[in-house]
Formats: sequence, C-alpha cells, structure tokens
Amino acid sequence: MTELTAQPGGPQPDAAPAVAAAPGGLAAESGTEPLLRTEGLTKHFKIGNALSQRTLHAVDEVNLQVGERQIVALAGESGSGKSTIARLLARIYQPTAGEIYFEGRRLSAIRSRADRLRYSGLVPMVFQDPFASINPVFRVSHGVMRGLKLHRPELSREQRYSEAQRMFEVVGLTPAVDVLQRYPHELSGGQRQRVGFAQALVMRPKLILADEPVSMLDVSIRIGLLNLMVQLRDAESVSILYITHDLASARYVADRLIIMYAAMIAESGPVEEVLANPKHPYTQLLLSAVPDPRAPLGVSAETDRGEPPKVIDPAPGCRFRQRCPLAIEVCHSVTPQLQAIGTGHEVACHVAQSGAEVKAF
Amino acid sequence: MAMIRPLSAPGPDLPVPVSRLSARSRNPAVRGLQRMTTAIRSNRKATWGFVLLVLFCLVSAFPWVLAHDDPSAMIYPVSLGPSAHHLLGTTGLGQDMFAQLIWGARPVLLIAFGVGLGATGIAVLIGVAAAYLGGWWDAVLNLVVDVLLVIPLFPLLIIIAGYLHSAGTLVMIAVITFTGWSYTARQLRSQALSLRNRDFLEAARVRGERRLYIVVVEIIPTMTSLIVASFLTNALYAVLFSTSLQFIGLGDPTVVSWGTMLRSAENNEAFQTGQALWIIAPGLCIVGLGAAFALLNYAFDEIGNPALRPLRRARVKRSG
Amino acid sequence: MSSGAAEPVPAMADTAAGVRRGRFRRRLEAVPGLQATTGATYQPEHPDAILDVRDLSVEYLLDSGTVVAVDRVSFALMPGEFVAIVGESGCGKSTLLFAIAQLLSPPAEIIGGSVTFAGRNMVELTDSALNAIRWKDLSVVMQSAMNALNPVKSIGAQFKDVMRAHGVTARQEIASRSAEVLRMVGIDPIHLDSYPHQLSGGMRQRSMIAMALLFTPELVIMDEPTSALDVVAQRSLMVQIAELKERFGFAVIFVTHDMSLVSHFSDRLMVMYAGQVAELGPTRQLFDSPAHPYTVGLMDAFPSIRGPRRPLSGIPGSPPDLARPPQGCRFAPRCPKVMDRCQADPPGLYQVDGIDVRCFLYEGAVGADRWSKP
Repeated sequence: MTELTAQPGGPQPDAAPAVAAAPGGLAAESGTEPLLRTEGLTKHFKIGNALSQRTLHAVDEVNLQVGERQIVALAGESGSGKSTIARLLARIYQPTAGEIYFEGRRLSAIRSRADRLRYSGLVPMVFQDPFASINPVFRVSHGVMRGLKLHRPELSREQRYSEAQRMFEVVGLTPAVDVLQRYPHELSGGQRQRVGFAQALVMRPKLILADEPVSMLDVSIRIGLLNLMVQLRDAESVSILYITHDLASARYVADRLIIMYAAMIAESGPVEEVLANPKHPYTQLLLSAVPDPRAPLGVSAETDRGEPPKVIDPAPGCRFRQRCPLAIEVCHSVTPQLQAIGTGHEVACHVAQSGAEVKAF
Repeated sequence: MAMIRPLSAPGPDLPVPVSRLSARSRNPAVRGLQRMTTAIRSNRKATWGFVLLVLFCLVSAFPWVLAHDDPSAMIYPVSLGPSAHHLLGTTGLGQDMFAQLIWGARPVLLIAFGVGLGATGIAVLIGVAAAYLGGWWDAVLNLVVDVLLVIPLFPLLIIIAGYLHSAGTLVMIAVITFTGWSYTARQLRSQALSLRNRDFLEAARVRGERRLYIVVVEIIPTMTSLIVASFLTNALYAVLFSTSLQFIGLGDPTVVSWGTMLRSAENNEAFQTGQALWIIAPGLCIVGLGAAFALLNYAFDEIGNPALRPLRRARVKRSG
Repeated sequence: MSSGAAEPVPAMADTAAGVRRGRFRRRLEAVPGLQATTGATYQPEHPDAILDVRDLSVEYLLDSGTVVAVDRVSFALMPGEFVAIVGESGCGKSTLLFAIAQLLSPPAEIIGGSVTFAGRNMVELTDSALNAIRWKDLSVVMQSAMNALNPVKSIGAQFKDVMRAHGVTARQEIASRSAEVLRMVGIDPIHLDSYPHQLSGGMRQRSMIAMALLFTPELVIMDEPTSALDVVAQRSLMVQIAELKERFGFAVIFVTHDMSLVSHFSDRLMVMYAGQVAELGPTRQLFDSPAHPYTVGLMDAFPSIRGPRRPLSGIPGSPPDLARPPQGCRFAPRCPKVMDRCQADPPGLYQVDGIDVRCFLYEGAVGADRWSKP
C-alpha cells in the first residue's frame, strides 16, 4: 500500500480543483482486477411476525465495481438499497447471497480479528449526519487518535498526534492544533464532516464509503466538501464510493454513476454519458425531476408521484413497470439484467436492450 | 465570557466562537468534575440541594463535634423539654434527643450512598450490557430484570428483613440494593437501546473497536446524566425505605438512626404524651435529606435538558 | 407560476381570493371584542396586501445573552402571490415564519414591528382572536409530517379534530369536506382511515397540505415541506401546490434552503442572511441577474445537471454569530466585493429596478451597473 506523503505547501482546500475526470473507468481496468467488485450481492431482511413471515429485498443481485483513484456515485431514492450496500461493504451487515471482492480477495474469507481490523482500515465509512456521527462527550481528537491507535500501532503517541494534525490540515481544518482540542458542538456541520473524513483518512484507506456526506449540510458548505473529495482522489489516491440522492452533486464529483432502483441497478456508466444519454426510463425520470432554474418547467400535475416501492416478496419482472410509460409484455414477466449498450454504459431495461429509442420522461 | 480566538489562517468555514476553551483539563474525570461544579453553581436548586447534602454529610462524618453526649445512654431524666443542656430535650427513655439526631445521621447516609452506588452500579452493568450485546444475552438479562420488577418492592423488603430478624446497616444496604436495582436497569437499558444505532457508535464499530470498549468508553459516558439521576433517585428511596423498615420494627434497635428514633417514639406514644419533638425532629431530618437528593435530581434534569429550565422574564418588553 | 410572460393581476372582487377576502373582513369584524383588543387599525403601506410585515424583529432570550434572530424584516404579500423565503440554516427564515404565524414560544419573542393581516396587527391580538383567524384564513404546513401529524390517530380523525375546533360539527359535512380535500391533493379518500405511518412520505406531506386547505384560507405558510422527500416526489409536490394555488387563489409563503426548487413556482424571492433581508424581488429577475453578492454566491454553489461542468467554490467562511453581530454589513467578512465602508456601517435596503438589495454597491444608484451573471 502506498504511503500517504505530505504535500509540500499544503493544498488549498477551498480552491476549486480541476473536475475533469481522472483516468479510471472500466476501460482502464480491463484485464486487471478492480479495487472493489461485487458479484450478485444480495441482502434480504425478514420482516413480519411469526404468523406472516415476509422478506424485504434491500439489495438484489448487484454487480458493481470501483477502481483505483476513482469516485463512483451510487445514486437512488430512499429505499433503493444504496445505504444497505454501503453497510454491506463496511461489513456491518452480512450478505444474504453473493460475494464482495476487495483487491481480489473474498470478504467472506475474513475470519481473524487482525484481518477484520485491516479491512476496516482500508475501507472506512463516513456517515451522513454530522451531528450524530461524532461522540459528543469527547473532543474531536478522540476518534482520530483511536483510529490511529488501532490501525497504526507502530506509531508512538507523539507521532500519532502529529499525524492527526497533518490529517486535519489535509481536510482543511486549520489550525489543526486548535481544532483538535474542540468539542463537536463547537464546530459547524461542515467542519464535523471534515472531521469524519479525517477519521477515515488516518487509517490510510484505499476506498472511502461516503454515505450521503453532504445532504445534511447547507448548500454553500457542500461545495467545499465535494471539492475535498475530488482532492482526496487526486492528491491522496483514495477511491470514494459516493452515495447520494442528488444527481447534480454526483455529476460534480464522480467519474462513474450507478443508478439504483428498488434494490437493483438500473443503469451505470461514465457520469457524463449516463446523464447525457440516459437509457433507462427511471434515469430519465430522475433527470427530469432535478430542479434546474435555467430550464423551463414543462410538467402537469398528473406527473409521476415519486413513490419508490418497498420491495417485499416481489414477483419477477421489471420493478419499474408500474411507473414506466414504455413497459412492454416482457417487462411484466422477466426481470431485466444489466447489459452493456455502449462503452462502459450498462442498463437493465428490456426496451433499451432491444435497441429501441427510450424516450420516457 | 465567550472568547473568540482569531485563527491564524481562515479555515474553510470559520468556527463558531468558543466558550471557556482555556479552562479545560485533559483528564476526562477532572473535566467531568469541572462540568458538574459549574452546573451546580449556576442552578439555584442544585446549589441548595448540594449545600444541604454537604451539611448532612459533614454532620454524619463528624458527629462528635456537635453532640457531646452518648446517644444511647439512658441516663437523663425522661421527657425534658428543650434547654441549654439538652438542645432538643430528652426522650421518654432518658436519652439526649439532639445527640440521637446527630449520631443517627450516619447510618442513614451510609445506607443512602451505599444503595445509590450499589444499585446504580449493578444497573449500569446489566442494563447497558443487555442493550448493547443484544440477542440471547439481552433476552436472559431482560427476563431477570422483569421478574424482579414485577415483585412488589416494599412487601418483598418486609419479608426479607423480617426473615433476617433485626437488619443492621449493612444488611439494610444489601437488601434494598438487591430489590431495587431492576428499575434503574430497565431505564438504562432503554436509553442504551435508543443510543445503539447512533452513528457515532456505528462509526466506532466500523473503526474496529471491540464491543466491551464501545460499551464502556463510548456509550456509558453519554449516559452520565441518567446515571447521576438514577444514583440520586436510588439514594432518596433508600432513605425512605430504610426508615420505613426501621419504623415498623424490622431494623436493628441497637443502631441509633432516625428510623429507630421514630420507632421508639411510636412505641412510647410520643404524640399522645406531648413529646411531639421526638417524632418531628427525626421526621424533619428525613424530609431534609430527601429534599436534598430531590433538589439535586431536579437540577440535574434541568442541566441535562435545557427545555426544562425556568424562563427568565425579567426584561421589560420593548414596544415596536 | 408558469414560465411565460407575467400575467396582470385580476381585479380584486373578480377572483375567488377577492370574494373570500371580503367575507373574511366581515367575519373578522364580527368577532366580539376584537375591535376593543386591537385598538386602532393600522394603515398598511400597501393597502391591497393581505399580509404586511413591517420591521419585524424577533429575539431569543438565552442564558448567555440575547440573540436577535430576525432583524427588522419588511415585506408585503399580495393576494394569490407566492413568495419564497430562501436562506441557509441560522438565517432566521424559520423564526420569521413562526413569528408571522404567531407560533413563537419562549425564549423567542417578537420585540418589534408589526404583522398586519388584512387590516389587523396580529402581534397584538389575543389568543382567542388569533384562533378565529387560524386555519380559516391562515394555515401552516410544517416541515416534517411525521412530527406534525399525530401518529396514533388516523388522518380522518385529525381532520375531524381540526374542523370541530373551528366550529364545524355536522358529521356529514366533516366527512364530505375531508374526502374533498384529499381528492384535491390527489389522494384516494379511502386513506382517511389510514394512520400516518401507513402512508408514504409524499402522501403524508400531501395530507398535511390537504389539512391546511380544509377552510381554503387566504394564506398558506409552508416551512420546507419538501425537504424530507426525494427529488421526484419533491417535484410532484411542488407542481401540486402550484396547481392548487391557481385553482383556489391563496397566497403562499414558502420557506426553503434550496433556491432552485422554487425557481419555477414563486413570484417573488426573498433571500435572508443573518436575520436580515439581503435581497427581495421577482424570482426570474433574481435568477437572471442577482444583485447581492450573497445571492450571487448562493447561485454559484449549486452544481448544475446540464450545461458545462465547471469547478465551483461556494462561499468561504460561515454566517456570523448573531449574539455578537458584526458592526457593519453582516456579509462583509465573506464578501468578494467588500469595501472599506462595509465593515463600519450597516447598509440599508436600496431599491434597484424593483429589487430591494441590502448592499452599498447599490446605494443611490437606480437601475445602475448591476452585477449580472457570468
């Protein structure tokens, strides 16, 4: 694993970095094993009582990939399964079926505490709520120092402290010595999220799972954190799985975009390609719903209500068929699988796969 | 009051101004103490309760300073009124009432603190562990707690104390602790459960912390206000239950305590024979100690939950 | 508001709103004792406005001191108008909303100004007088339906509570009106028997709006009603609100932190910063050529889904501590166009081309050199 070297002069966290897509994407990895890969990842929850047992399908047959130095956005509405995928990847949940491969090795092979610890250092998570994700009783240095103590035991206490300082500077919390001594309630929401990123970074991760890290922040603060994520990819060579429901921010930071609907992947591909040529009707619906002040509004009140389904004991067939204006016969009986329709662009839709023009919303 | 320290370089978002940053110590225990002292000073109920409690503690720790007579010695003339020699007079058995009162504080306070610490300690261990470990552990521990909860507390106390014949101070502590920890355990378990899915605990798990560490270092410190409140409540009820047990005769009559004072006063028909002070004096002390604990309890509630604080409406409303 | 040329405001008495306003005035005058409690009636600056907020200030009385959360905010609302109040957390927009609806509770207190609703200053009304107005002429939609709806009562039972509280007791009338409002928001009346947790997020918000429309009020105040919803449900709800407004002619005050959400629906937009009005004007104009540097910064902080992908930088720094507001302009520490004067003197509200801007850049210059978008 490469050593994270300190940047001379320190990066300016607020300057907007170049957002051109970093080299990465399926084309660059053909032939080599991606950093993270899931195969048929499935997670079901049992709900109901003893009398009526039902199964909630949170994640179904998800195959996704994240490469090195890549930001992959996992977008979808609430209930689509994106947060469950993050927790499966963080090993908070165990998959019902399917396999996760990290650097080529199966996660289910992890047995010893040492292995578990190493994995949790390589794939940490940043949480959504800046007010609940840091223990309010301790100073903000607590989490960072514990992370260092657990994952880099070779450092002495002084070395740990200076590493914590360095990491706070990297995420833009300056002066680090001062901020480290503060309590969470003395920091703003944006600063707390940066602390969350620092906690993840001290463990020298390869992949950060960011579960909606900016959705609870004010709009003008979000940009700062989105820029930080791009900078982490470029300067610290960290990949990020960015989970969000906001397509605009996904476009801003990500290299690749995965759209999830009802526990399955609807469409995935390079972010500009998916947004410019959306092939799945659901992607088109999402795009049309994003408020854009510069474009005219052209919808009536009978527009789609936006009720994503709870997937409980689903029947086979496309899960979007009730809301899809283009649904055909086969959509009601056969669940569509992800299929490539362009370079790196995959979609799970019978209509799109048949080659017909998809113009739903 | 609030010191705004200018940063040498502007951060990405300038921080909220900091209060009392300089007065903090590194040690979490010392810091907790500092927090508590500021809290007590600022809240009127807390100050009074604290002063009262300290007074009682001092009296019980150094009784010989105030009372020069031997409390059990029945050497004085019976039923004297208050005088310079006997500040509260003498009891119907010839004992100096004031000495009895002062020396009687010690067993009561020992029981209060003993039960407070004991019951709260057991409740923390069992309640929080049950909540965090979950699954089978939770089911078993919960069953034990529930069974104990269902049994009515005071009758159980009476039965146990009666079985042990005269219950001295230590026995009292043990008995009340044993019957009383389950209620607090339930409360703590509920709060720990509500905290279980807080993001910072998940963050600790994802960081790779062990379960025991998370319970002791991450969960319990966030529950300190409830734990302190439980301690105060348990202490208060210990005072009331122990004096009640002693009053109905299940205590050890050789121990001088407010409860036994009440017992002998009742036995000697103090009210009917005009020796009202024999009952009123220990009664007031019990009330006073109970009030001290209760005031502190209310105060900690207010400190923990700002919504309960009294509103200050001293300002004159400006007209627009 | 549809994208297109602005429509002329129809004559008062011709609109549904106008007719109801007349009725409303008479009802208000019929409340016993109302004249006595309100004393002199106010002469609002805009006689046609149904809501005239002037110099409204709200203060929070805290242990550590007082915080002026809303500082002399003024605006007038015409019948049927949709005004969006936009700002980030801590700017005072929710406090302003609650102050207008007279829902503030201690330690918050209105310390100055007036809220004139159709001729009566609400700040001075007694509770019973306010109750006569509440829900009949002014209703509120809260941010989170799960918090505002009673979780142990069915929707129909809650509608019944509201109607009975306002004097409607006939069962038939209650039932038919409840079904009617649910149909208005596109929910099947069968859900009158459902509990809030049985409905989806979008449906819950819609039932809140239905509840607010039970008496077809003049003015509906909404506090971020869409923030808990996903983007498709959000858009659908906004369209529904706009359609209902067209149909029934009520005015809307809509508080949000997301400007782009209201860009197609609001007539006017008010940008708040640190408790003050930073900019106030027609929505389209604000979007096309924002005047206040804060508004420009805000617009710039939204990454776009279409158009060229370019780096953004947001607004550095964070809002001031309102316990010790800065001496001069509150935005000065973060303003890219700050001048020496801005640190020392607080700017007033200047009028430029029909927009009110609180910035020295526009002092005295009418229609001059406006900051247009790059």
